[in-house]
Amino acid sequence: MEPVLAIVVGVLMTASVYLMLSGNMLRFLFGLILISNAANLVIFTGGRLTPGAPALIPTGADSPPGEVANALPQALVLTAIVIGFGLLAFALVLVFRAYQSLGTLEADDMRVAEPEEDRK
Amino acid sequence: MIWALSLPIFIPFVTGIAAFLMRSSDAGKWVSVGGAVASLAASIFLMAMVLAEGHVTGQLGTWVAPFGITLVADLLAAVMVLITAITGLAVAIYALGEVSERLERLGYHALYHFLLAGVCGAFLTGDLFNLYVWFEVMLIASFGLLVLGGSREQIDGGIKYVALNLVSTIMFLAGIGLIYGMTGTLNMADLSGAIAEVENQGLVTVVAMMFMVAFGVKAAMFPLFFWLPASYHTPLFSVSAVFAGLLTKVGVYALMRMFTLIFTGDVGFTHEVLLWASALTMLTGVLGAAAQTDFRKILSFHIISQIGYMTLGLAIFTPLGIMGGVFYLVHHIIVKANLFLIAGLGGRLAGGTDLNRIGGLYKSSPMLGALFIIPAFSLAGFPPLSGFWAKYLIVKASLEIEAWFIAFIALLVGLLTVFSMTKIWAEAFWKPHPDKVEPHFGRVTKPVLWASLTPIIGLAVLTIIIGLGPQPFVEFAERAAEQLLDPSAYVEAVLGASEDATGDAAEEAQ
Repeated sequence: MEPVLAIVVGVLMTASVYLMLSGNMLRFLFGLILISNAANLVIFTGGRLTPGAPALIPTGADSPPGEVANALPQALVLTAIVIGFGLLAFALVLVFRAYQSLGTLEADDMRVAEPEEDRK
Repeated sequence: MIWALSLPIFIPFVTGIAAFLMRSSDAGKWVSVGGAVASLAASIFLMAMVLAEGHVTGQLGTWVAPFGITLVADLLAAVMVLITAITGLAVAIYALGEVSERLERLGYHALYHFLLAGVCGAFLTGDLFNLYVWFEVMLIASFGLLVLGGSREQIDGGIKYVALNLVSTIMFLAGIGLIYGMTGTLNMADLSGAIAEVENQGLVTVVAMMFMVAFGVKAAMFPLFFWLPASYHTPLFSVSAVFAGLLTKVGVYALMRMFTLIFTGDVGFTHEVLLWASALTMLTGVLGAAAQTDFRKILSFHIISQIGYMTLGLAIFTPLGIMGGVFYLVHHIIVKANLFLIAGLGGRLAGGTDLNRIGGLYKSSPMLGALFIIPAFSLAGFPPLSGFWAKYLIVKASLEIEAWFIAFIALLVGLLTVFSMTKIWAEAFWKPHPDKVEPHFGRVTKPVLWASLTPIIGLAVLTIIIGLGPQPFVEFAERAAEQLLDPSAYVEAVLGASEDATGDAAEEAQ
């Protein structure tokens, strides 16, 4: 299963780099969504895929019975998803606001904050 | 112990919440200043503890290391927290005179303190994933501060800042995933031992480079710095001062931590890359500044060139080099924040920061001129100011490893820094104002003037103190460098403290 996920991560990465290099902020945003999911999958795969039971300890026992799944990468991914969601929400609003006040989504045309002699 | 460690993080959070609740009244700004004073007290307390004990560690929720989240302060972390609190207080006072009621309503003070909490958290954490979380806290607060007010320039700069920082954050996250896959731990002290046991050391170097790129973006190193000059001149002066002073330094701190504690297996490669990246960072930063005509843009490019010196100290990787890097880090935060504050007051008096459109500051307000000279000359490395000693240590360290060319670049960049500072001096202070305006202190009200001058004077005095009596600071930096280069005490402080419960883990780490 790991090789498959590794390939998925590779494909996601490729697509997101392609999107992010396009110069259009909306595509950049889509690229960002893909790349953050790729990173989450990296963590998930890094924790090894174990076909096990949930890591629950029965009452009275000190350790879970048998082989259980590694809960830590799941916790990490969950945190990363939550944080990533917040950041993406902010980025989306920012891009929308940029479209409203700058009138463009092309990164090359966003030169308001640059020195004047560079403006064409 | 855990209280001493968590207070510098906890106080800004509480202050932020209180300031948010009181954002519509006048009390909000005073809560902000009060919180900053309390943070300073807490960080002084932490500093005293670290000076006495060497390392202070605490386990959150009493989950023993390496399983729980560890907070740990060594000398470097403690001094960074202290300097954060000092800068935080200075800028909080400055904000009294600058932040308009409208921005206060929008929650400026709350965001500001969340930013400080994120910065302190990043300095104090001993867990890699936790470091990521603090980076995010810091990042989201900085996003808010950067675009607060929502002018066209801010949105424009904000897009670039947000885009590049998010990419670097994801790089960092992926690196964490890979490092966890290899070692099965994320506790930094535990990683220090575990990383050496990884069979495929080539993969470790790859991950090390991922971290270098991720933190390099945060620290604004060559060739990853483009977001910085695109955005730092757009927000409020208080915001750009605290960004300039602290944010990039968190990246440098993370580099110092990772590349002394964890990624030391292939120093010949990683630190060599860092060495040349540092040299190019210094050069491109200072050359970029030469081409600019805006007060804040020049200063922004100088942040980049100065970052090069700090990472150079790390890249040299000798006790003297690291010591110089630590000294530089502390000195630069004070000086840089102060220069931005001065740019703010000067801009307010003269009506802008475009050097072609302002002037006459020296004639009308000579005191501001004198106050500008102190951090500006310190930045360029004139004796007897703090920057001289910082540059002296770094150049000496590079001469000791016989990196003549690097030492030459370091000296050359110092010279070019003088050129930029002279340009600011000639344009903003010396030449008469093109519109015949007299930018004297009377152009702002008394309370605003003193809210602006107090932090500027305070930080200038600190610069002079470090410059005239560098001995205790140099000795401190030396001790901090010793701790960084010999992480065994750090590892022991984190893992040994809970030896009874996790004896196995501690043994594994050794």
